[in-house]
Amino acid sequence: MHKILMALTAGAAALVAAVGAQAHAFLDHASPAVGSSVPAAPTIVTLWFTQDLEPAFSTVTVTNEAGQRVDLGNARIPPGSPTELQIGLKPLPPGTYLVSWHVVSVDTHPTEGTFTFEVGSG
Amino acid sequence: MSPTRLGAVVVAAVTLVSASSGALAHGFAGERFFPATILTDDPFVADEISLPQVSLQPPAPDASQLTNIEIDLSKRITPNLGFTIGDEWQRLRAPGVPSVGGLGPLRTGAQYQLFVDGPRQALGLLGLNVTWGHTGRAAVGAPDFTTLSPTFDFGKGFGDLPRSLPWLRPFAITGNLGFDFPTQATTARVPNPNNVNYGFAFEYSFPYIECCVKDIGLRPPFSQLIPLVEVSFTTPINRVPANQTFGTIQPGVIWAGPYFQIGAEAIIPANRFTGRGYGGVVQLHLYLDDLFPRSIGRPISEWW
Repeated sequence: MHKILMALTAGAAALVAAVGAQAHAFLDHASPAVGSSVPAAPTIVTLWFTQDLEPAFSTVTVTNEAGQRVDLGNARIPPGSPTELQIGLKPLPPGTYLVSWHVVSVDTHPTEGTFTFEVGSG
Repeated sequence: MSPTRLGAVVVAAVTLVSASSGALAHGFAGERFFPATILTDDPFVADEISLPQVSLQPPAPDASQLTNIEIDLSKRITPNLGFTIGDEWQRLRAPGVPSVGGLGPLRTGAQYQLFVDGPRQALGLLGLNVTWGHTGRAAVGAPDFTTLSPTFDFGKGFGDLPRSLPWLRPFAITGNLGFDFPTQATTARVPNPNNVNYGFAFEYSFPYIECCVKDIGLRPPFSQLIPLVEVSFTTPINRVPANQTFGTIQPGVIWAGPYFQIGAEAIIPANRFTGRGYGGVVQLHLYLDDLFPRSIGRPISEWW
């Protein structure tokens, strides 16, 4: 039994090691941070992901509590930073803002997420 | 439209279709990621393989004890249609008699993804599992009859709760309700009952906290942990007394990485009929859709 187990585990490990694959892109961290409160209004939201992103199908929006867009509509992946997604913001009054992102990793796996941050109560 | 532009549109459309079908590869519903659970059936079609899953079952009431090494493959045929196939090598130890080993019965399944509701983080799947008779060694308990098991599997994440309840939003539950219909009523005058199967997995997702609730500073590997408790029961509905319910409770944790996940759970018998003492199970589970995104990790319908 031990030989069977060792062979299966070694085979699985070799399989993982042998492929240079991409995978689903998960949010690694963000600025402003997920669920954070910041004292001053940020001028940009930046998201860092665990995988390289496909620019044509990766986007982010920011809305206020009334559901109105407060971003500048200029979501972009900075040159040389394929895991990073940025969007500029209009001047933000104190309040709670919702960041909604939808990205596709370079191997076509889509993922999405939302989080809030708060301005003016930090 | 110019040929160049038409070509670009076709490429973009193909990429989008590919991307949308990828959404169903392992368990996503909107922003919720459901890991593959060890005990209960998953509510999603997938391209994944458990290689291997090793368990030491709790001692049975007659003090016999079973060790399993199991392999299970899940494969999508189309984005919403999949199949599973699995088998296990077993060793049965019983007091006073030599231990015996051999293959368990071959198990296959056909699955259809009924719905994926992203905003509500909900999944539903219909399946028909078949445990095939005469495909394993009788000495380790493999049956001489085939059993048909229709099942409904579901998943629900609670990320759609109000954001004023932040620490409840990482919770999720998956579950299954199914029946066993053996094709033979008795074996050597021992009844083979029809059964009802029901089970649940209660999960608390650290990845969900970090992505969608609050960055509390967790970093890998801790930000990739999903503690869970699984429970599963099988209750006969005819031919034998209904109090012969078999069930286990399995607390544990799953670490979900980009290409594979590792799970470990304790196995606690839910009643005296199931057994006594404790057992355990560990599983290495590979995401074929992430390991081979352009080949065998895609639905078979997209191979050509």
